Amino acid sequence: MPANGQPRRLAAGGRIDRSKPLNFSFDGRAMQGFAGDTLASALLANGVDLVGRSFKHGRPRGLIGQGAEEPNAIVTLGEGAASVPNLRATQVELYEGLAAHSGAKRSLKTLAGACAGLMPAGFYYKTFMRPKRLWMFWERLLRRAAGLGAPPAGPDPDLYDKFNQHCDVLVVGGGPTGLVAALQAAGAGARVILADEQPEFGGSLLASTVEMNGAAAAQWVAETVAELRTFPAVQLLLRSTAFGYHDHNFVTILERRTDHLGLVAQPLAQGAASTVPAAPRQRLHRVRAKQTVLATGALERPLVFANNDVPGVMLASALSAYVNRYAVAPGERLLLCTTNDNGYRTALDWRRIGREVTAVVDSRPQPDGALAQQARAAGIEVIAGHGVIAAVGGKRVRGALVAPLRIAAGGPSDKKSAKEAQEPNGAAHWPVAGVELAGPPRRLDCDLIASSGGWSPTIHLSVQAGGKPVWSDAAAAFLPGEPRQQTRSAGAAAGAFGLRECLLQGAQAGAAAARLAGFGDGQVSLALPDCDAPAEAPQQALFLVPHTKPVSQAPPQFVDMQLDVTAADLELAAREGYQSVEHVKRYTALGFGTDQGKLSNVNGVAILAAALGRSIADTGVTMFRPAYTPVSFGAIAGRDVGGLFDPERHTPMHSWHEAREAVWEDVGRWKRPRHYPQPGEAMQDAVDRECLAVRRGVGLMDASTLGKIDIQGPDAALFLNRVYAGRFLQLGVGRCRYGLMLKEDGTIFDDGVTVRLGESRYLLHTTTGNAEAVFAWLERWRQTEWPELKVYLTSVTDHWATAAVAGPQAREVLRQVCADIDLSAQAFPFMSARQGQVAGRPARVFRISFSGELCFEVNVPAQHGQFLWDALLEAGEAFEIRPYGTEAMHVLRAEKGFIIVGQDTDGTQTPDDMGLGWAVRPSPKPQDASEAPAFGFIGDRSLSLADHQRPDRPQLVGLKTLAAEAVLPEGAQIVNEPGRPPVDMQGHVTSSYFSAALNRSIALAMLRNGRRRMGEIVHCPLADGRTLAAQVVSPVFYDPKGERQHV
Amino acid sequence: MLQIRCPYCHELRSEEEFAYGGEAHVRRPPHPPALTDREWGDYLHFRHNSRGAHREMWRHAAGCGRYFNVLRDTVSYAVLKVYPMGDEP
Ligand SMILES: [Zn+2]
Repeated sequence: MPANGQPRRLAAGGRIDRSKPLNFSFDGRAMQGFAGDTLASALLANGVDLVGRSFKHGRPRGLIGQGAEEPNAIVTLGEGAASVPNLRATQVELYEGLAAHSGAKRSLKTLAGACAGLMPAGFYYKTFMRPKRLWMFWERLLRRAAGLGAPPAGPDPDLYDKFNQHCDVLVVGGGPTGLVAALQAAGAGARVILADEQPEFGGSLLASTVEMNGAAAAQWVAETVAELRTFPAVQLLLRSTAFGYHDHNFVTILERRTDHLGLVAQPLAQGAASTVPAAPRQRLHRVRAKQTVLATGALERPLVFANNDVPGVMLASALSAYVNRYAVAPGERLLLCTTNDNGYRTALDWRRIGREVTAVVDSRPQPDGALAQQARAAGIEVIAGHGVIAAVGGKRVRGALVAPLRIAAGGPSDKKSAKEAQEPNGAAHWPVAGVELAGPPRRLDCDLIASSGGWSPTIHLSVQAGGKPVWSDAAAAFLPGEPRQQTRSAGAAAGAFGLRECLLQGAQAGAAAARLAGFGDGQVSLALPDCDAPAEAPQQALFLVPHTKPVSQAPPQFVDMQLDVTAADLELAAREGYQSVEHVKRYTALGFGTDQGKLSNVNGVAILAAALGRSIADTGVTMFRPAYTPVSFGAIAGRDVGGLFDPERHTPMHSWHEAREAVWEDVGRWKRPRHYPQPGEAMQDAVDRECLAVRRGVGLMDASTLGKIDIQGPDAALFLNRVYAGRFLQLGVGRCRYGLMLKEDGTIFDDGVTVRLGESRYLLHTTTGNAEAVFAWLERWRQTEWPELKVYLTSVTDHWATAAVAGPQAREVLRQVCADIDLSAQAFPFMSARQGQVAGRPARVFRISFSGELCFEVNVPAQHGQFLWDALLEAGEAFEIRPYGTEAMHVLRAEKGFIIVGQDTDGTQTPDDMGLGWAVRPSPKPQDASEAPAFGFIGDRSLSLADHQRPDRPQLVGLKTLAAEAVLPEGAQIVNEPGRPPVDMQGHVTSSYFSAALNRSIALAMLRNGRRRMGEIVHCPLADGRTLAAQVVSPVFYDPKGERQHV
Repeated sequence: MLQIRCPYCHELRSEEEFAYGGEAHVRRPPHPPALTDREWGDYLHFRHNSRGAHREMWRHAAGCGRYFNVLRDTVSYAVLKVYPMGDEP
């Protein structure tokens, strides 16, 4: 084998294809593996021990696991925009040209040097509290090191898809349990989706030497998959991780379509310039399943002992997988430590390939199960009642310290004994606490230590589905709790660790799920295969193997490898008073890594429980949350990127604005012209010019985006009178009225002008951004509180195009294109509405004004919008009509002191705060009990609440900076005296502009008790250290008597 | 993501189509001016925070636009009943 440079590759066996060598590189070093390898197995085959450095201490780390559980071998593939961080080398399929990078250079050790040794539990909290200088020092380092990879630079070049799927039975996990469950459900006639994260089905069988029906397990897997494929209603998803279980049986599955082929899918063949990938890299399946079967298996739990992070310490099951599935022997002499029979399989596997087994160290006093007997028969030394207390070695294991263990009888309390007595299957087991050394350690030589501390069912999805995990002393594991959704766990995921039991549970779960989805009678109809798996003797619950020194003084005993959390950290947290497992998690960072503590959770809880003198059941486990393994943002976004991220709304005149090179402002989803710069014009120049056109001549604005609600019915007036604070019962036909809409708490929700179009027909205007919210609000009252009112609401916002003709010349311009409406001031006064023809099109013309100038808002059906716009521009040519945008509109309205809801208000202002008390009618007086109470308006009762009457409430005022050209930043705070903080905040600036008409800056502000402070000088400290002084003035800066809009 | 059967459209649709409307059966006091500040404040700000069956309003915002009532278990999120405005659960 050395011919291919893979010194640790076995000559035969495994599920790899030796005829297909693949070149790859790791941290720049070129190597070769085979098709069927993962990056992890290829690295081991090439003799790579060191796959990363630990996060806090920079300790060398090697591979521990073989799947989703791997905490150390976290790699980034590729570089630049297409790079993918946070991948577990154990789940990366090897492909030709793969280039992987470890995070070895990113540890804090490298960055902070020796300081990293001083990072105990709670380091983050303790350091970041004080002094502040130290926090800033650490923040810089942590920000550089945070996470274990770097985000890709630039937009993701790949394509991602989303599928919405429905099925009767979703089976998660394609191991023996899941395969049988899927086949049973499919046989009953159910539509089935079977998803597995691996590139082929079989789960644990892919790495097993067990025989089924007298042949290799792989043959049974192949036959079962072939049978599943005969069902047209069965969908088989490989390389597909069910990573989230959401409400109402909604499961999200990430399918990796091309990741195993290379970084970016090949561009479409035609056209070398094309960068569009030919196929989506990943698919997000959003599956709504009537029933689910969680056959997610179990993860082996490592034993915690001193220096257990030295490369060469692995999970027993992982070692077996590397040997059996990938034909790799990552060492020569194996020392196996176990608490259970299953671990012996790894020693037998190692022996089968002709390697040396130093010994099996079994914590149980008298292991004599079938597998232990097989091991002894094979000549393997079994050291019973012992544990590995420490690994020996630096960059690679050189030996182990082994010592006899004394297991104390009984539990820490009577309460716990009572619980044990209730264990359902009554299996023998040992208590968690009370393990101590019974004699001095001795050293054994080895270059590989495999440990098995039992199995932890993969209950992540079950927990996400609302099942509260239940600790079982017999299984020495947290088992899935009572499900809150239409789901069930089966097989190893449910704590069944024997193959026969898994197969039976899978079939039962498949039958039950199918029946509840409406298929079959719930009975198992499959003939289950025979298998040669021997019965296993009871295991021992053991988590932390004691050292000769106390935990706080022993060499580090790592619990969470990814975040360097040790047993000593957990004990420290307990000593410092932490009791809740969720708090300890946050204090120590246990389980906070990208692996979510797949290997560390149960060990951590057990060690914490022992430190607190409690049982594991009473200590509990932390929540599992989506995603089970990291998911790329691209997959979640799918095609909803770029122009498809969010729809844009365009007015009928949009293309004209575009041709005029308008600068856009996004208002809600609308694109509105902000201003129309002429060549060489800065924004302020353009805005000044547009404002002056309106003040001195005539301007034209596209106001189509204003929300419009058509209100009809005999009770329309009554309805309006309830939802608005003003007097709407008295509004005459053809008249307009400004209204304030309040929430029930008396604060301003929206404002706008309502037009009475006919006897029982009104048009209500909302602010542009609030149109949908106002409509829903009105519908809510109409449908829920006042179903008796005969009134109907229709949103007509985009039925109409609106052009506002504003300025002293507005009447003259409109006259050019409108002959059938008398536009004179007497016939068509301010705040009235007329219908007629404008430019030969049917139009509604409203004399309302948001600029304080003479203004006609011309509304035509949307399809005539551009025609109207062109006609008005042509008619206005002689008057030098100018289009103006939202910025000029803002300046013009601020000059008049007109507020914008949402800019000058923030949802806490009453009408009086804004100086709009005039728009509120008095609420009805308390009446005689005999009279039917009249409905006032929404929010009326709240206006008299004590807090709304407080004299020091902020009120709307104007501010004039003493330096006329200085424009205050919006949001600037207002204080009484310039000086060093702390100072009393008196209010803040809500709107601020330079006014060309006044040739100075103007601002609107909310100032405490502001209306009684006219003439006072206040101060605005700025972010740059300067302070601007300003005088408190009326918010109406221009035409205070309001004469110009009435002409 | 919940699935809700609109009692007007008679279709089981995804939560994305609906807008939450807060607790149901909260009656607006018929004559607010007669209430003390405290009584009015109770109506404004206080709602049940039920563990278990909870009556709430939803609006089929992207569908028929109508409000209706849902009886939902706040622990399991199971929708126990859907019924039109004006009905009792
Ligand atoms: Zn509906």
